[in-house]
Amino acid sequence: MAERIIELKDVKKSYGQVYALGGVDLHVDKGEVVGLVGDNGAGKSTLIKILAGAVRPTSGQILVRGQPVTNWNAARSREAGIETVFQDRALAVQQTITRNIFMGRELTGPGGFLRVAEQEREAGKLMREIGFTSKVFSPNSIVGQLSGGERQGVAIARAIYNQSDLIILDEPTTALSLTETAKVFHFVRQARAAGRAVLFIGHNIHHVYDIAERFVVLDRGRAVLNATKAELGSAEALIKFMEDIARPAEEAGRELFAEAP
Amino acid sequence: MTETANSTVSAKPLDANAARRAAEGRHADDSKFRRYLRDNRPAIGSLLVFVVMLAIFFVGNTAVFSQWSIYRAVLQGLPVVLFVVVPLVFVVTVGEIDLSFPATMGMSGWVFSLVVQAGYDPFIGILAAAVTGVVLGACVGGLVVYANLSSLIATLGMNFMLRGVILIKTQGLSMALPDLPDTTTYQIFSGDLYGVPVQFLWAILFVIVCSVLYNRHRFGARVHVVGDNPDAAQQMGINIKTVRMQTYIFVGLGAAFAGVFAVLINFTWYPTAGDGYLLPALASVFVGGTAPWGGVGTIVGSAIGSLTVAFIQTGVVGVGLSGFYVQFFYGLIIILSLLGHRWNQIRYR
Repeated sequence: MAERIIELKDVKKSYGQVYALGGVDLHVDKGEVVGLVGDNGAGKSTLIKILAGAVRPTSGQILVRGQPVTNWNAARSREAGIETVFQDRALAVQQTITRNIFMGRELTGPGGFLRVAEQEREAGKLMREIGFTSKVFSPNSIVGQLSGGERQGVAIARAIYNQSDLIILDEPTTALSLTETAKVFHFVRQARAAGRAVLFIGHNIHHVYDIAERFVVLDRGRAVLNATKAELGSAEALIKFMEDIARPAEEAGRELFAEAP
Repeated sequence: MTETANSTVSAKPLDANAARRAAEGRHADDSKFRRYLRDNRPAIGSLLVFVVMLAIFFVGNTAVFSQWSIYRAVLQGLPVVLFVVVPLVFVVTVGEIDLSFPATMGMSGWVFSLVVQAGYDPFIGILAAAVTGVVLGACVGGLVVYANLSSLIATLGMNFMLRGVILIKTQGLSMALPDLPDTTTYQIFSGDLYGVPVQFLWAILFVIVCSVLYNRHRFGARVHVVGDNPDAAQQMGINIKTVRMQTYIFVGLGAAFAGVFAVLINFTWYPTAGDGYLLPALASVFVGGTAPWGGVGTIVGSAIGSLTVAFIQTGVVGVGLSGFYVQFFYGLIIILSLLGHRWNQIRYR
C-alpha cells in the first residue's frame, strides 16, 4: 500500500450550534489524485481549512504519515509537506511575486536577513517550471498587476516549492480561461508524475472526473461516497449520485440503500 | 509605480524597445534602475517636496538660510522625531496605528531621569528606559492584538492613561539634571562633532538599520504581507499576532530612545515630554509616502517627511512670517504631499 500522507478520522467541526463537519473520514495516499466534490455548504471549505491547519477541528484525529498530530496549525501543515492553493489564492497583491512565493518561508541568511538574489532566482525558476512563463511579468512584478490566471500561477508556484508531498487545490479552475484551465490540468498531471499527491476540489464534475482517480463526495458535513474511477465508470454516474443526494433526505436515502454496493 | 509597469503590460509591437526586451526575455521589472524608481517613488517624491520647500525658503530669505545655525537647530531636534516616525512606519505597514508613543516617550524619559538622578551612569538609565519602552509597547500591543481592541482608540486611551499616571505621580513637576553634560554617555549620544549634533548621526544610523530591516529582513517581509493580506499570511503559517506585537514593541523601544534623547538635549525632563510630537510624527509618516491602508511604505521617505515637517516651523519664522502662519503651512504641506502621493500609490486589490 502506498504511503498514507494524511488521514482524518471522525473529524468534526462546529461553529456554535451549527455543525459544518459531522464526522468525516478522509485519507490521501502518496502519488494519487483525489477529487473532492460536494454542494455549496457541504463542508468542503471547512475540510480544506482543517487540512491546511487554518482551522482546528472541534473533535477527531489527524494523522500525518500514520502519526497522530497535536497542536495542528498552518505552519505544522506546511512542515508536514502539505501545501494549499486556496480558493481566494491567499496572495498579498501589493507585493512582488517573489515575496508571495516565499511568504512565511523566506530564504534567510545569518541573522534573518533575506537572501534576495537567491529568492528572485528561485521564483523565476518556479514560474518557468509550471509553465506560467510570460514576457509581461518577472519575479519582481507586483501581483496586483497580474491577471487571474497568472495569480493562480503564483499561488501554485508557491505550493510546489519545497517538494511538498500533497498539494490541495481549492477550486483552482474557477474563473479561469480555457487555456489557463489546461495549464492547471497540465500541472496536476506533472505533479502526479513526480510522485506527489493532489487533492482537487471543484464544482465542475467533468473537470474533477477527468483529472482525479478517486472521488470523495461530501454532503451536509459527511463523506457520503468514496469510490475510484473504475467503480464509478463514468462522470455521469458521479453526477447522478450528486443529483440523488441533493433530493429530499428520505427519497435520497431510499435510493442510496438500493444502490449500495 | 504603475506607470512604468503598465506601459509594459500593454506593450505594443510599435514600441521597438519593448519588443526587443520581450524578444530577449527581459522585463522592465528586472531593470535595476526602473525597480529602484518603482520601489522608491514615494521617497523620491517626498525628497522633491522637501527640496522645493527649502528652495522657496531660501529665496524668501537668503541671508538667514545661508547660515548653518538654522539647519543645526533643526538637526538637533529632528532625531527625537525620527526615533518614533521610523518604527511607526512598521506599525502603519502592518495595518495598525499607535497613538500611545508620546506617553511612552514621557514615561521612558522619566525612568531615565530617575535612574540618572539616583546617581547611576546615564548608560544604565538608557537601558532602563529601553526596558520601559518595550514593556509599555507590549502592553499597548497586547490590548490591540490579544484583546482585539481597535488600535486607533485603544492606543489613544493608553496615551491618556499613561500621561495621567505621570502627572499624578509627579504632580506636574519637571526634573532637572544639571550634571548630565559632564558624563561620557552624554558626549557619545548628544555631543557635537564638527558642528553636527551627534544624536543626528545616531538617528541616521537608526534610519539605515531600520530601512534594511524593513526591506531586506524576514521581519520586514512579514510586516509587509501581514499588512497586505492578514488572512493569506495566516494561511501561510505566519503568526500574525506575533508580527503585530513585534511592531508595537518596536514603537515602544523607539519612543524610549526618543524620550531619552529629548532629555539629553534639554538636560531636563518635563512631565509633558512627548506630547507635542503626536501629530507632527504621524503627519511625517504619511507626508513621507507611507500608504495609510497597510502593506506598503517607505522608511527613507518617512525620514525625509520628518525633515520636511520639522523644517516648516523654522522655515516659516526664518522667512519672516509670524508664528501664526506655522499651522497653515503644516496643513498646506501635508495636503500637497498627500495629493502628490496619489500618483505613486495605487492600491491593488
